[in-house]
Amino acid sequence: MQDVAIVGVGQSVFSRKCGVSIGELCFEAYTEAMEGLDITNSDIDASIICSAPEYDKQRSPAGLISEYLRLTPKPSFYVESVCSSSSTGLRVGWSLIRAGLHRVVAVVGFQKMSDLTSREAAERMSRGGDIIWESPFGITMPAGYAMYARAHMAKYGTTEEQLAKVRVKNSHYGAANPKATYRKELSLDDILGSEVITSPLKKFDCCANADGASCIIIASGDVAKRVTNIPIWIMGLGAATDTMTMSGRESLTGLRCAQEAARQAYEMAGVGPGDIDVAEVHDCFTIAELMGYEDLGFAKAGEGTELIDGKETYVDGKKPVNVDGGLLSKGHPIGATGGSQIRTVVNQLRGQAGEIQVQGAEIGLVHNIGGVGQYGNVTILRR
Amino acid sequence: MSFENFGIVSFTAETKASDFVGYLEKGKVMATRCRRCGTNYFPPRMDCSKCVGSDVEWFEIKGNGRLVTYTVVNYGPTGFEEDAPYTLGIADFDGVRVFGRLSKGIKESDIKPGMGVKVLPAKLSGGRIGYEFQKV
Repeated sequence: MQDVAIVGVGQSVFSRKCGVSIGELCFEAYTEAMEGLDITNSDIDASIICSAPEYDKQRSPAGLISEYLRLTPKPSFYVESVCSSSSTGLRVGWSLIRAGLHRVVAVVGFQKMSDLTSREAAERMSRGGDIIWESPFGITMPAGYAMYARAHMAKYGTTEEQLAKVRVKNSHYGAANPKATYRKELSLDDILGSEVITSPLKKFDCCANADGASCIIIASGDVAKRVTNIPIWIMGLGAATDTMTMSGRESLTGLRCAQEAARQAYEMAGVGPGDIDVAEVHDCFTIAELMGYEDLGFAKAGEGTELIDGKETYVDGKKPVNVDGGLLSKGHPIGATGGSQIRTVVNQLRGQAGEIQVQGAEIGLVHNIGGVGQYGNVTILRR
Repeated sequence: MSFENFGIVSFTAETKASDFVGYLEKGKVMATRCRRCGTNYFPPRMDCSKCVGSDVEWFEIKGNGRLVTYTVVNYGPTGFEEDAPYTLGIADFDGVRVFGRLSKGIKESDIKPGMGVKVLPAKLSGGRIGYEFQKV
């Protein structure tokens, strides 16, 4: 069986309101992904289009996007695992290549959240939980993560200031990312003084809706070596789920789906947490990044706060995390997010990350979560 | 009365577990248990996915539980705008975990994970019904 490599990565600028169509948004990501590759669109055997359908105005967007990228008449289809849709797309694309069905696959993630009015977005938000048993109480995505935050604070003594330090870091790097929605550095006081959305999470503990697209081109090993000088190899893929209902969760201080996905990915890659040189962690909320440190084994349960207190997840720390600004700075166009995280890690492993380059990075990890810990995806990449 | 009247806003009403709402009107918050393998379910369900059967019985969630976590929601989604702020939480009753609201009668400064709670039906405006956690 052939190994599978990532040969191209791209993303659009993420913004509150892109002002272009979803086809045009995806084209921006596709253009960057194809840059410098010795292939054309006719070499792409299939496209996998990833988004969260409740935000789509276009019915069946795979048809529209494959036309706009001129990927017809090749097969195109849609995959969804909410905020981790494009990591799921990568997993599906990997297996299509390993199975020998295709040699080159494009994984395109997108979301144009500004297509919805804020009222429509709030209506979608109300249906994010189990609609019979939990949505009638008014649960939201931030509220779900806030309950994890409160439980983590109660069990381990984690403080609101430690949560805020995650945003301080990510806003620092976001300020330098030309593709990020938020490019303003925030101080601890800015964050701690922002309004409470759902206690203990404040406005700046939360990422924001955004418009954006990402594109990952993957290829079988023989093709990869031919079309690019620096193929980035997919070494480990982990995927897992947890209950939709919050009452079904066995743990409220960590995401079981992430722990299980990490275990699978490390085992498949034959590496451990200590081998990871650079990581992207799904920081839809500050607490999510702290739990990610622990769920991925970068810290023991309850000790993730030590990493942020000691600035160990900055570029020059021992475990750099979200040095592109994370979801907190980039914004979170749901279907595009996983592809954007993969793009950042690929650029790091290629040694092309510019001022955020982690020196000598060879092995990288992407942690991408769907919903409030419903879908966990962990991907390990190697130069 | 069935799930069309459950909670502040209901989204769908059809479930085999709709007797839950009838029990609420009689003053009881119920869960289900598989008669074959003994697995408890909350939210209650009439199918057991552990032993793949549908022979389940209702039982009441009684006595004191322990609050596991909570959040005070200041911004509600559509339909909940007038209702915010409200407090959501998860409580553990002898291994049966229940998600729901905390009574608006509890002061925020009095809420702490680990505190004792009981769960009771709650009449809501507009003839609707739900349940809530009360401090013990």
